[in-house]
Amino acid sequence: MSVATTITTQDSEPIFHVVDEHDHPEGASTMLGFWIYLMSDCLIFAMLFATYGVLGGNYAAGPSPKDLFDLKLVALNTTMLLLSSITYGFAMLTMEKSKIGQTQLWLAITGLFGLAFLGIELTEFAHMIHEGATPQRSAFLSSFFTLVGTHGLHVTFGLVWLVTLMVQTARFGLTTANRRRLMCLSMFWHFLDVVWIGVFTFVYLLGMLR
Amino acid sequence: MNPDLVKMIFGRLNLEALPLHEPILVGTFAVVATGGLALFAIVTYFRLWTYLWREWFTTVDHKRIGIMYMILGIVMLLRGFADALMMRLQQAIAFNGSDGYLPAHHYDQVFTAHGVIMIFFVAMPLVTGLMNYVVPLQIGARDVSFPFLNNFSFWMTVGGAVLVMMSLFVGEFARTGWLAYPPLSNIGYSPDVGVDYYIWGLQVAGVGTTLSGINLVCTIVKLRAPGMTMMKMPVFTWTSLCTNVLIVASFPVLTAVLALLSLDRYVGTNFFTNDFGGNPMMYVNLIWIWGHPEVYILVLPAFGIFSEVTATFSGKRLFGYTSMVYATVVITILSYLVWLHHFFTMGSGASVNSFFGITTMIISIPTGAKMFNWLFTMYRGRIRFELPMMWTVAFMLTFVIGGMTGVLLAVPPADFVLHNSLFLIAHFHNVIIGGVLFGLFAGINYWFPKAFGFRLDPFWGKLSFWFWVSGFYFAFMPLYVLGLMGVTRRLRVFDDPSLQIWFVIAAFGAFLILLGIGAMLMQFAVSILRREQLKDTTGDPWNARTLEWATSSPPPDYNFAFTPVVYDNDAWWDMKRRGYKRPLGGFKPIHMPSNTGTGIILAGFATVMGFALIWYIWWLAAVSFVALLAVAIGHTFNYHRDFHIPADEVVRTEDARTRVLAAGAQT
Repeated sequence: MSVATTITTQDSEPIFHVVDEHDHPEGASTMLGFWIYLMSDCLIFAMLFATYGVLGGNYAAGPSPKDLFDLKLVALNTTMLLLSSITYGFAMLTMEKSKIGQTQLWLAITGLFGLAFLGIELTEFAHMIHEGATPQRSAFLSSFFTLVGTHGLHVTFGLVWLVTLMVQTARFGLTTANRRRLMCLSMFWHFLDVVWIGVFTFVYLLGMLR
Repeated sequence: MNPDLVKMIFGRLNLEALPLHEPILVGTFAVVATGGLALFAIVTYFRLWTYLWREWFTTVDHKRIGIMYMILGIVMLLRGFADALMMRLQQAIAFNGSDGYLPAHHYDQVFTAHGVIMIFFVAMPLVTGLMNYVVPLQIGARDVSFPFLNNFSFWMTVGGAVLVMMSLFVGEFARTGWLAYPPLSNIGYSPDVGVDYYIWGLQVAGVGTTLSGINLVCTIVKLRAPGMTMMKMPVFTWTSLCTNVLIVASFPVLTAVLALLSLDRYVGTNFFTNDFGGNPMMYVNLIWIWGHPEVYILVLPAFGIFSEVTATFSGKRLFGYTSMVYATVVITILSYLVWLHHFFTMGSGASVNSFFGITTMIISIPTGAKMFNWLFTMYRGRIRFELPMMWTVAFMLTFVIGGMTGVLLAVPPADFVLHNSLFLIAHFHNVIIGGVLFGLFAGINYWFPKAFGFRLDPFWGKLSFWFWVSGFYFAFMPLYVLGLMGVTRRLRVFDDPSLQIWFVIAAFGAFLILLGIGAMLMQFAVSILRREQLKDTTGDPWNARTLEWATSSPPPDYNFAFTPVVYDNDAWWDMKRRGYKRPLGGFKPIHMPSNTGTGIILAGFATVMGFALIWYIWWLAAVSFVALLAVAIGHTFNYHRDFHIPADEVVRTEDARTRVLAAGAQT
């Protein structure tokens, strides 16, 4: 059985090593790695969604979604997050054109929308807890606060990261490394948006129909 | 002092947490402390701290990180095995009204710690260590995709191990069994620190495992040498890829479910409680969605090792390469569809149970295909019974028994009888020892000369082999018998005196394994002393087939002076057959990542934070968390993480190898 390959024949001298090595561009695997990380994070959310799916109807004689959710507020909140995703997109577009000032501006606006989102979410939580609908009250509320809170925690870390990258962009400019980092945060930010759409639909909208 | 202030500073940590009233633990502590102090003194005396810090602790070299993983795994094996011996001894004597020598409180911690340590801190580090060492070499890469992350992952694993070890002397470990099922593991029934040690030990180590999974997937997908298409990858690389995909797709589940358990314990939520709508079975489902893939995470790399070893020591191409790859991928997918077989008795009904019973049985088909592939590789091969091959043959015989009892357990009605019995214990030890551990031992004996430039001593290796293999059969075959008689797991005392003889035989088996471990440690020591006689200068002591044997032993920092080009799935065999000549000139500077201490510092803060959370020392948890964040952000301000090895240094290294090879050729 022949194992000869298509590249060389038995007679000619085969080439067994790369003579002129091209440097691996730094961070060549970062995008793939970050995608895989996002998928692993997605799995954490999948578990929280599954838990909410199983326990979300267990009110334990406590309040149900209809008693607690204010859809108008949630709609406003959703708008904040969706807008922040759009503005992040603008930041990326201006980054492509290497306009550092505009990039920073759009990043700042994104951050403000993110802050608004968190503010509204915390107000909602405070209101619920004030009414006695605490995470300890029922399995429904435990899984609600954990799912929504984990998303909020992700947004918080996204904001810390955003500020860090803005500082780095200001100090070192839109270098290759910084562009790559902004790209990763972009993926992270949009990922959180997608998760939120799941939360909005699955927890809030379907919760009102429950 | 004001008790409130004390509580604020120390949380629930106080002097009573030290187990001064338990003579066994005090004795153990004395031994560990003496050993630790001796080690500390030796390192200090020989002024090795700077060397260790510069060359090892802060290294980003995948080879050194791999070796450190192996050391961690072997050290923890001693601890986990000590637990096993204690259990065997207890069960062998706790008859006829005797209470044995372990109080229930202690015994329950011992069996929990044994399971946790063996899976998370023995099998996982050993498997990860081998993958870390071998995979980049097999694919002709300079390092992994994210070298710094690799260092960080390792230290997080160490952090988890440190927390679990700490529970031995400060406070106590969980008394819940290795998966900490609620409601027992919830705050109402386990108010002590034991379950918290369990949670934070696994969470800290779990971060490391997930990140190293991402790292190795990227490495295999992105950094293969030119010409190495997916279907030309060595089988060990294939199984490593599947294992790391499984890690990435299952460890987040563990992270999530342990986070929910901690919320129940710390915040008082109701996920897994009995009231307020909580559902303990949810925990059991979720944790086995991680737990079953975990089994395959461990065994797939072992299958890869056997494939390399069988082909090498039979002097033949691996039989059925393509079917081997597809079998691996099928097992990877199926491992997600069987988790419910761990709790058929939950009462999900006949249809659900039969679905999971059938998927479980189907796994035996690709596994059987692998078994036949190895057999056909050996068929008409010129088999050399070196140590790796001996372990492989022992595996094939032992694993088939374990596989068959597994299929038996997959039948739901049979499982209703055997659930939680010693039959189950015998089954999974049969596959984990006979599969994973034998595989790791084959791999250690196989790749040791690559890592250190000399072989392991065969005499002590064979002694260890025979003690281990016979010890395994003595220790676990009686448990099959006992399980069929209906003896359940985790019992501390027994009423029926007719059972005792089986436990005595099992204890004898454990003693034989002790001799096996002793012989293995002797093997390492003797090999280091006799390293000149056991030396290998060729870099290819076994006449092997894959790329890692193309470079020197131990390989230089940069692995390959020139990136190899691959034409065949036995790349190195192909090179040898076609008269490959090592390049002797034209070397260029090589781009490499720089060492950094950030990984160990971050993992240190994470461990301190875990400790603080276990003991409710909130200020310390907050401080270490902020420190963790600050160091991590600070690290991202360092943009210069690489350097070039100058060309003349490469020339020097390669010339040295040329001289060694020439000297070796003359003798």
